[in-house]
Amino acid sequence: MHAEQTEILHFLERFAPFNMLPREELEVVATSISVGYVRAEQTVLEYNQTIDDLHIIRSGEVEVLHKTGELYNRLTEGGYFGEFGLLRKGRVRYPVRTLEDTLLYYLPRDVFTRLFDEYDDFAEAVEVEEHRRVQFAVKQDQPKHDLLSETIDTLISRETVTIDASNTIREAAELMTNEEVSSLLIMDGERSLPVGIITDKDLRKRVLAVGRSDQESVHTIMSSDLVFVQYNQRIFEAMLLMLRTNLHHLPVLKKGQLLGVIALSDVVRHESKSSLFVVSSIFKQNSIEELQTLKADVQASFVRMVNEDANSRMIGASMASIGRSFKQRLLELAEAKLGPPPVPYCFIALGSMARDEQAIVTDQDNALILDDSYQPSLHDEYFVELAQYVTDGLDACGYPYCSGGIMATNPEWRQPLSKWREYFTDWIETPTPERLLHSNIFFDLDAIWGEKHFADELNQLIQKSAPRHKRFLASMAKNAVQRTPPLGFFKDFVMEKDGKQNNSINMKRRGTAPLVDLVRVHALSIGSTQRNTFARLEDIIEANILPHGRGPDLRDAYELIAMVRIRQQARAIAAGEEPDNNIHPDQLSDFERKTLKDAFQILSHAQKYLRFRYSIH
Amino acid sequence: MPLNWTERYQHLAASARDSRLREFYQAGMVAANTPIAEAPLIAVDFETTGMDAQTHGILSIAMIPMTLQRIELHAAKQWIVRPHDPLTESSVVIHGITHGDIAQAADITDYLEEILKFAAGRTWVVHYRGIERPFLQQTLLNRIGESIEFPVIDTMQIEAQLRRKPLTAWQRLLQRTNLKQYPQPSIRLGDSRQRYRLPYYPPHDALTDTLACAELLQAQIAHHYSPDTPIGQLWY
Repeated sequence: MHAEQTEILHFLERFAPFNMLPREELEVVATSISVGYVRAEQTVLEYNQTIDDLHIIRSGEVEVLHKTGELYNRLTEGGYFGEFGLLRKGRVRYPVRTLEDTLLYYLPRDVFTRLFDEYDDFAEAVEVEEHRRVQFAVKQDQPKHDLLSETIDTLISRETVTIDASNTIREAAELMTNEEVSSLLIMDGERSLPVGIITDKDLRKRVLAVGRSDQESVHTIMSSDLVFVQYNQRIFEAMLLMLRTNLHHLPVLKKGQLLGVIALSDVVRHESKSSLFVVSSIFKQNSIEELQTLKADVQASFVRMVNEDANSRMIGASMASIGRSFKQRLLELAEAKLGPPPVPYCFIALGSMARDEQAIVTDQDNALILDDSYQPSLHDEYFVELAQYVTDGLDACGYPYCSGGIMATNPEWRQPLSKWREYFTDWIETPTPERLLHSNIFFDLDAIWGEKHFADELNQLIQKSAPRHKRFLASMAKNAVQRTPPLGFFKDFVMEKDGKQNNSINMKRRGTAPLVDLVRVHALSIGSTQRNTFARLEDIIEANILPHGRGPDLRDAYELIAMVRIRQQARAIAAGEEPDNNIHPDQLSDFERKTLKDAFQILSHAQKYLRFRYSIH
Repeated sequence: MPLNWTERYQHLAASARDSRLREFYQAGMVAANTPIAEAPLIAVDFETTGMDAQTHGILSIAMIPMTLQRIELHAAKQWIVRPHDPLTESSVVIHGITHGDIAQAADITDYLEEILKFAAGRTWVVHYRGIERPFLQQTLLNRIGESIEFPVIDTMQIEAQLRRKPLTAWQRLLQRTNLKQYPQPSIRLGDSRQRYRLPYYPPHDALTDTLACAELLQAQIAHHYSPDTPIGQLWY
């Protein structure tokens, strides 16, 4: 006679994901259980051991650890673990230890995986609560992410604007203005497909800059190297095509007819949506403790983008928008706690977040610009508390305190707008390399919350006066060449220029950071309004201040170095390790080594050129 | 009770008249020096109509095969049987087994083969060894004219040894003459489990009680013995 497991049944129906199951399934679960007792401070699961059961905590408490031994999670009654290993290869990814005497219920793998496959609610509940990383492991069995599965036509939201080739340049410009479009397809009489395209840029470069008459025919300035895509191709393919051909606009066809145009900006905007689920949950959390629980989601969306071959610009933009949302939510919560601010203020982000190229390993850099009506004796207490709340919150959410003290908690960086103007004026007009060494980061500045125009004013000040102050630019340039890339790789070592060999290389310090610094100097020198390194490079290439071909080379080198770093971090996260900026040559493929060596060389040449341009010896 | 159950089983296998008993013994029993972690065990709980094996009867039998590592709850079995003793009102209240259930239940001899096959080769785990073995022995004597023997681990006895210090003659005298009381920690199932932070289970459901006892043994060994403890140190 089979026995009724009433006690188990009553227990299971109190907890997710089991309470998502229909009663008769729950009875099946209850009669599949075995039980075991583990004393406090014992190992339950070791890394990489085989695992055959889902472990459910009936009573007691356990710690789930990273492979490195760092704490990943604590679980108590009703909690469960081992699901990652079960859904993956039957090997434990996260070791588990008991903190207290613990009674475990074991649910066999076959029952668990069947429930996971058959009940969407159940599977979803398993994935919620910091278990999202499971998604990558089972990715192969699940519908792919938007960027891979969504088709190009979903990006087309308006009718195509076209003009006949016989019209004048002026008519074309008027049409673009009226229709508020940045590109125009050029048609030729009866032919159903466009013969060319013009963009805002063409009007500037091929008409105004060269003094061409706007009465000439539009076909004299159009680009005729059109590359068509089909409406049902993947957005991802379009993105790759754009990168390969360096064309930023692609006409889209459906059944041989023109359907529309997609631009690079459409693709980038589309991808940043994928991090929207993280962003939207950030705004649903009501305390630092709750926000903290999203750390794993952030890592998850990072790894997912990497797995799906997003480029560094997309990933950087997504991570930055997530980081911005954390700050915004923390400020909302701080204001709810402290009351409305006594004077208007602007909370600003500095560095990678302001450049829209944030990595997963990043510390917080921020500051406060206060209204000029600010009086320290009356108002500073409020802003001290506000800054403390936000910086503590950011630290808890995975953005550690800035070791250089560039945070709103530092009185120096919590000042009224007039004081900030003084800072920047001083930096730019009476510069020394030493003084600028630590204020580099302030030249990448973006408003996060509050009076956005405070930040705009400072950015305008920078754009206006930086190009006019050669000593400032020379000081920035001198700092930008302090950190150099290595020569390349030898066996499993990093080769330095002086012949020294190291076991690892910090890809940020020796790769992305010097390149970003270098691009910033050039961007400041031409008064570029851009902050993103790729966008700055576009301005620099257009301004023609680099030797021919060097600009695009730098762009490719940046993408490559950034992606090696990003991929390495994603690998670390997926393996349950703590991501950092270090790369060991033995982790690189031959191809990566070779291309990295080339990228380092491009950076090295670019630094040489910067020295030459600013007479640095 | 003999400590060498291996030999005792061999002897009993040769002398048992009932074929079901013979098979039960032929399954054998581990040696006394077998580490507890390697011994096949079975947690057992009987519900009875009273405490006296001579006059009361078995109402239900719950069994869960187990080892020191795992309690195989999914393989648990439970039988409701008709006692040879008229059912008293009080036991009905406690066990939630009604006269209707009993009326439909078969005699224990109908299940005997199944029960003995299920328990064969395993050492029984019970909380208070004064019930299950004596009741089964008496019942079999009455029905098939032959008793039964098997080793039993008693979690209540383990708890008593761990928690209760024997009183000196002088203390016993003081206590007996009501001059002084020496309260001892409770060794009842629920109270014992609490000491090991095992969860509270509502009492008097046969299967839940069996599970409660099985978990208690695992906890006792984890805290006070070792997986290598010879089973001979624990059984009776």
